[in-house]
Amino acid sequence: MKMSHLKTGAAGTFSLIVVLVLWEIVCRMFAIRPIMLPLPSAILAELGAEAGWYFEQSLYTLFTTLAGFLIAVVAGVLIAVALVGSRLFERFLYPLIIGFNSVPKVALAPLFVVWMGTGAEPKIAIAFLIAVFAVIVDTVHGLRSVPSDIIDLGRVLKGSSWDFFFKVKLPCALPSVVAGMKVAMSLALVGAIVGEFVSSQKGLGYIIMSAQGTFDTVRVFAALFILAFMGVVLYGLLAWVERRATPWRPVHDD
Amino acid sequence: MTVSAVSARQVHKQYAGERGVLALDGITIDIPAGQFVSILGPSGCGKSTFLRCVAGLEDITSGELQVNGKPVSGPPDGIGMVFQRDALLEWRTIRRNLLLPIEFAKKSPAQYQGKVDQLLDLTGLRDFAQSYPRELSGGMRQRAAICRALVDDPGLLLMDEPFGALDAFTRDQMNFELQRIWSEIRNTVLFVTHGISEAVFLGDIVMVLSPRPGRLVEVIQVDLPRPRPLSVRETPEFGKIVSHIRSLFDNMDLGTEKGAGK
Repeated sequence: MKMSHLKTGAAGTFSLIVVLVLWEIVCRMFAIRPIMLPLPSAILAELGAEAGWYFEQSLYTLFTTLAGFLIAVVAGVLIAVALVGSRLFERFLYPLIIGFNSVPKVALAPLFVVWMGTGAEPKIAIAFLIAVFAVIVDTVHGLRSVPSDIIDLGRVLKGSSWDFFFKVKLPCALPSVVAGMKVAMSLALVGAIVGEFVSSQKGLGYIIMSAQGTFDTVRVFAALFILAFMGVVLYGLLAWVERRATPWRPVHDD
Repeated sequence: MTVSAVSARQVHKQYAGERGVLALDGITIDIPAGQFVSILGPSGCGKSTFLRCVAGLEDITSGELQVNGKPVSGPPDGIGMVFQRDALLEWRTIRRNLLLPIEFAKKSPAQYQGKVDQLLDLTGLRDFAQSYPRELSGGMRQRAAICRALVDDPGLLLMDEPFGALDAFTRDQMNFELQRIWSEIRNTVLFVTHGISEAVFLGDIVMVLSPRPGRLVEVIQVDLPRPRPLSVRETPEFGKIVSHIRSLFDNMDLGTEKGAGK
């Protein structure tokens, strides 16, 4: 298991290096203008030269992403529990949630700036809003998929509904919750960047917007490199959480 | 007079809805404590419905149904249940699966470790106490489910086609195992099955049900001495009971289910 992860990691790194080398060769062979597509070596040099600054900006984006993500997980699970637990909630709230989910959340970003200003709050709010539905939908699905035999077992054992929820229903739903969290993490990152696009003086989204304004394509790509790296690390983190949280499940690479 | 473990008087069960199926039609029986009762019938005869009514998982439409002298409303105290699919919790080790009823009953798991070990020894699962269910074979999983149903010493054990999902060899073995386990415990068992041979092999009493509506056709006493070896099934006495039951099914109108009772 450990071994296969190392192998996947090594193979992935190898492919990445091959792509970067090819990219470098193609750029030099066809003398592509750096403003269209800069050299990977130039991008890496840019990252190295201003490492401290990029690190600071990345931390800001990482912070808003994680804050939005965590709020989305907590709120999403609670909303899902309320939906599954109460007919009333389900009847009145679920259609509203489904309807709200079909609104492109990105389109709401400017509104949040009006409401919350230009600090971290609107970015966190957008990251949360984009991510929360994935958590709700997958958690509801998980809570509803408890096998009928196991529900009967719970009834025959006559435990408290507290016990049944925490010892049976929630663990049953856990794999779905974690699957929802994986999706939510990627979406929270999207939300944070969109928030920074709309209005910000900080973060990777801000770098991309401002560098684009001055045709500093190297800088745009530098931010994209960091974003890609961040996405992979966050996803890997959740895959690790998944293995730790559900040790009874066979290992599945995806 | 002692109180029957299970007592049914004219129990009817009709499912709700316009074309509500009459699942049980006037079931009347007294089951004395300490008997192993096989409930036998073809698919759709309401045998599982009867069991679920005894377990308090479903309400009866009319009649009287008592467990240990108390009318059933909701699951009675002191019952254990085994389902067709073992209903083990995948995220708990076998030991912790066995302790679930103890935790739900708000008793101290620490005091039941000895009991758990004893049951695991009895079923040959001692080495798998720390394993997760997915690491066990189907037969082993079902044995673990039986242990879980027995951990809190239920006076009444309800088994809903527990070996229905197992292959024929495992099933034979499990029949033998169950008899051995039960001979140590001697509680009351209701065992739902559609296998005639299984029903006769295990039961002190066989309740034969007919399908649609589910009626109690005959109650057969099986007086074969225990412990019964698997080879008891080749004896003339065993064969006589089996062919008698088969003749009951031959006289039933099984409709589209013809032959399902074998």
